[in-house]
Amino acid sequence: MKLSLGKWLLPVYSGLALLFLMIPIGYTFVYSFNDSLKSNITWRGFTFDKWLNVCNVQNGAVCQAFGNSLFIGAVATVVATTLGTMIAIAIVRYRFKFRSQTSLLLFLPMATPEVVLGAGLAAQFLSLGVPKDMLTIILAHTMFCISFVVVTVKARVASLDPALEEAGRDLYGSAWQVFARITFPLLLPGILAAALLSFALSFDDFIITNFNSGAVTTFPKYIYISAARGIPAEANVLASAVFILALVVVVTVQVSGAAKARRLAKLS
Amino acid sequence: MAFAVFSTATAPSTDPVARRRSPVALFLLLPGILYLVLFFLTPLVSLLLTSFQTPREFGDIGQYDYAFRWQNYTEVITTYWPHIVRSFSYALAATFFALVISYPLAYFIGVKARKWPLLQSLMLVLVIAPFFISFLLRTLAWKQLFSDESFVVQSLKALSLLGPEAHVTGTAFSVIFGLTYNFIPFMTLPLYTTLERLDVRYLEAGNDLYASPFQVFRKVTIPLSMPGIVAGTLLTFIPAAGDYINASRDFLGGTGTQMMGNVIEANFLVLQNYPSAAALSIILMTVILVIVSIYVKRSGTEELL
Repeated sequence: MKLSLGKWLLPVYSGLALLFLMIPIGYTFVYSFNDSLKSNITWRGFTFDKWLNVCNVQNGAVCQAFGNSLFIGAVATVVATTLGTMIAIAIVRYRFKFRSQTSLLLFLPMATPEVVLGAGLAAQFLSLGVPKDMLTIILAHTMFCISFVVVTVKARVASLDPALEEAGRDLYGSAWQVFARITFPLLLPGILAAALLSFALSFDDFIITNFNSGAVTTFPKYIYISAARGIPAEANVLASAVFILALVVVVTVQVSGAAKARRLAKLS
Repeated sequence: MAFAVFSTATAPSTDPVARRRSPVALFLLLPGILYLVLFFLTPLVSLLLTSFQTPREFGDIGQYDYAFRWQNYTEVITTYWPHIVRSFSYALAATFFALVISYPLAYFIGVKARKWPLLQSLMLVLVIAPFFISFLLRTLAWKQLFSDESFVVQSLKALSLLGPEAHVTGTAFSVIFGLTYNFIPFMTLPLYTTLERLDVRYLEAGNDLYASPFQVFRKVTIPLSMPGIVAGTLLTFIPAAGDYINASRDFLGGTGTQMMGNVIEANFLVLQNYPSAAALSIILMTVILVIVSIYVKRSGTEELL
């Protein structure tokens, strides 16, 4: 009896822990169907209305904020992924001076609390007299995404067999051809993972944004501002839609990765 | 997608590739490094300069001049020491609870679930699922679930486990609860990545040598998962100490639970008292860097990046 209890304790605990993680997600999703008025606190009945008319509330303020977040996330992701991938290649493949200082400079943004990053940038923009708008948010997001891109892509570059590129050079491929036809495609999964991570970090960032956004509203900032007087159910709709989309992407990546592994196993 | 970061953050550094010296390296590094110098390093310098500023004579609110007014620091420490203490004690408590909650979960996913890869990946997706939904909405969901009219609080009151006048939100409990909840995935993922590589033969060897299950856990499992424990606790402690969403009055906090982040935000964005906000930020960053470097040195895992 004691033995079987011990055997089941860990799986049951793990299930409960995961359930605990899901509680607020479930709550947000369920309340996206609430037939609520201005604030979405008490349950007033089921409706699809909020899902069908997401942008109708408050002259589309929620959708405006959501669109800003998508735009900022996209630009910051492209810039941070480009700069970060270049650094990752350099760190793994080349020797250069100030190596340890470079590593430190890349590590520090990840070890600094967001409120310090946000206040620092805001202090700099203030002393330079730069007005806070969309551009300052993008500059800030790109900054904190770079280090995460470097860490993610670095692992991929390190696992790349240099013999493949050597073979390309032996076959008279130019430096550019070797990069475009061999190195880049092999790094692509790592680069895509880094881009997804950057986008997720940028999209959900609130603290740094709050210090550098001026009058521009992003989706998290919209929620923060509305928190005091109540958040419309439309915000739950958008958040739930993003959640479902992200879940589909991740599950697809996992499943296709597993299928690829099986194909490779069959070949060898 | 997030695991990549954590797995490499805890991976031992292997370095088989012979590195070349080439001008290409400079071309690859310069743009990104320059970006970080301009938008990470110089902002820290400007934060430091701001923290010593003095109010402009006959100036408006929010107008300051560069000076060396070190009193800014003594003033913020005397005014805000409860917030400083609260930030680090709440972060410490949340880190502890997150570790205790996450370790068994990570152990199950990383070690016990190895036989079922599909279950393993499904559980991992569920661990990172909270990242896919807005951090603020998740925290607000807990606020609603713990509100005075909520089912949870009403039942606790009916069972007399909670006094009739008691509240759950706005207390130290709800802030630490929120911080713990929000950082569990950051703790679980690095723990998972080290436990996933754990060679179970070491545990079997311990059992064969007549160690009790507890001894095996303490002497074998814990030391072998140390890189994950270090990465997880840092990934939880640092953002938790600087967080101000959970402690905010509109979320899970109240007037008596404000942390350093709340004070920095209020001073910077509302009161326009930039020097105080900057001095507090510098204090927060310095304390964290000192704690991190001591902690990383003592646990012997200096290769975090």
